[in-house]
Amino acid sequence: MIMKKWLNSIYWILLCGSTFIVCLFLGVILWDIFAKGFSSLNLPFLIQFPSNGMTQGGILPAIVGTVILTFITTLFSVPIGVACAIYLNEYAKPTTMTNIIRASIRNLAGIPSIIYGLFGLALFVQTMHLGTSILSAGLTLGLLSLPYIITTTEEALKRIPNSLREATLALGVTQAETIKDVVLPKALPGILTGVILTLSRAAGETAPILFTGVAFYINGVSTSPNQEFMALPYHLYMLSTQHNAIEQVRPLAYATAMVLILLVFVLNSVAIYVRYKNRTQD
Amino acid sequence: MKKNKLSAENLDLYFGEKQILKNINIAFPANQVTSLIGPSGCGKSTLLRSFNRMHDLSPDAKIKGKLMLDELDLYDKKISVTDIRRRIGMVFQKPNPLPKSIYDNLAYSLKIHNYPKNEIPDLIEQALRESFLWDEVKDELKKPAVKLSGGQQQRLCIARTVVLRPEVILMDEPCSALDPISTKKIEELILKLKEDFTIVIVTHNMQQAQRISEKVAFMYLGELVEYDTCDTIFNHPNNELTQRYVGGHFG
Repeated sequence: MIMKKWLNSIYWILLCGSTFIVCLFLGVILWDIFAKGFSSLNLPFLIQFPSNGMTQGGILPAIVGTVILTFITTLFSVPIGVACAIYLNEYAKPTTMTNIIRASIRNLAGIPSIIYGLFGLALFVQTMHLGTSILSAGLTLGLLSLPYIITTTEEALKRIPNSLREATLALGVTQAETIKDVVLPKALPGILTGVILTLSRAAGETAPILFTGVAFYINGVSTSPNQEFMALPYHLYMLSTQHNAIEQVRPLAYATAMVLILLVFVLNSVAIYVRYKNRTQD
Repeated sequence: MKKNKLSAENLDLYFGEKQILKNINIAFPANQVTSLIGPSGCGKSTLLRSFNRMHDLSPDAKIKGKLMLDELDLYDKKISVTDIRRRIGMVFQKPNPLPKSIYDNLAYSLKIHNYPKNEIPDLIEQALRESFLWDEVKDELKKPAVKLSGGQQQRLCIARTVVLRPEVILMDEPCSALDPISTKKIEELILKLKEDFTIVIVTHNMQQAQRISEKVAFMYLGELVEYDTCDTIFNHPNNELTQRYVGGHFG
């Protein structure tokens, strides 16, 4: 009996300790970034162009670039991803072929992002002649996001009980109408959560945009999809590893990291809010 | 002798390799309540669901034989399945209201089937009255349907079926998830609905079958063992299996 009690306490300490370690790392990272970047983060930093060889000024083009980039990624990956998940979950017959397709999509989610970058370079930049541009980079990030969006959407659709589908089918409603009017609205919070988490991850990616369109510096804000652009993660990478004037740009790098984290945090908060709102409705 | 509304001829049904229904021949008279009884897994629900073609969505279901609504072949390639399901409504075991308001639960299918907008409110009121639900919900039609009690939800599901004025209503153990008072209300409802509709109901409750049905079919292991009037099945069945089942000796 005493042995059992002992074991029980050890399990508890192990589990609790693991959680503590995770939180500790998160806390240290956030504290480090915020403490070192806070002094440089102000309004001019958000609305000015970089100046004096990046050692002064702000990160406006990088913020705008990341926002537009994420927008293009969304436009490309969400419709295709959701449609694909609807097909797989609602229409596809459970054949070996379907299972192979599903497994392949799951595997795509595990491919390193640099490979997506090289693939985007080969396909969009060269073969399709889109050049190194915000469009090429957005499409590449879209490819990266697709498997996550398909998988999370399929999970959301799976959670809708079959009895709900039968309810409208038995009323002579077609399958397409049932999906549009009953299944999708009910699964929407789950789908949105997956989409937002995926996009917030995509917004922070550096490798896929490295060869496909991101620029060290551009003169002005990119307005057309065939232009190169600046993006927050690459700007951060460049400031922290590729710049000579380390002492001068270090605070700017920390502030850039802060902006990127805050941007992702805002996206994630939306996801949490959507999920919370759905839970209170049921 | 009343006219037969719905019938099955030499019906065989397979899920993959497994045969679920074996050579079923049965006909349900119009404007009567027919109960399907038998132990779990005997194929009652499967038989019921083959009439409104709910098996269409299971890729491994295979159906042989002839199913008819009046003179219409239900599995004729030329007719639309949505049309059949409109004429043969279904109420399920667990209440499954749509995640919409009470009103929209009924309005939805009317809109889908292009009923004139100005007729919809009256049709909904009529269906809710017929389902003995109107007095309980008339002041809160905008309330989400899932907020209703289980019994009310099931009556809403019946109203949702009734509002389309089908010719047949199939009920798959509609009271198995309900308390005795709700069950009583639904039984009264069924007895009233048979004036306008032909009703086929699957039930595990022998008393219920006796209370509401004119005819009773006893099924066992995918076969139709005996099909006769309610009185014959329960009081002097011809088949020994039927006698043992209704007598509570197995099941």
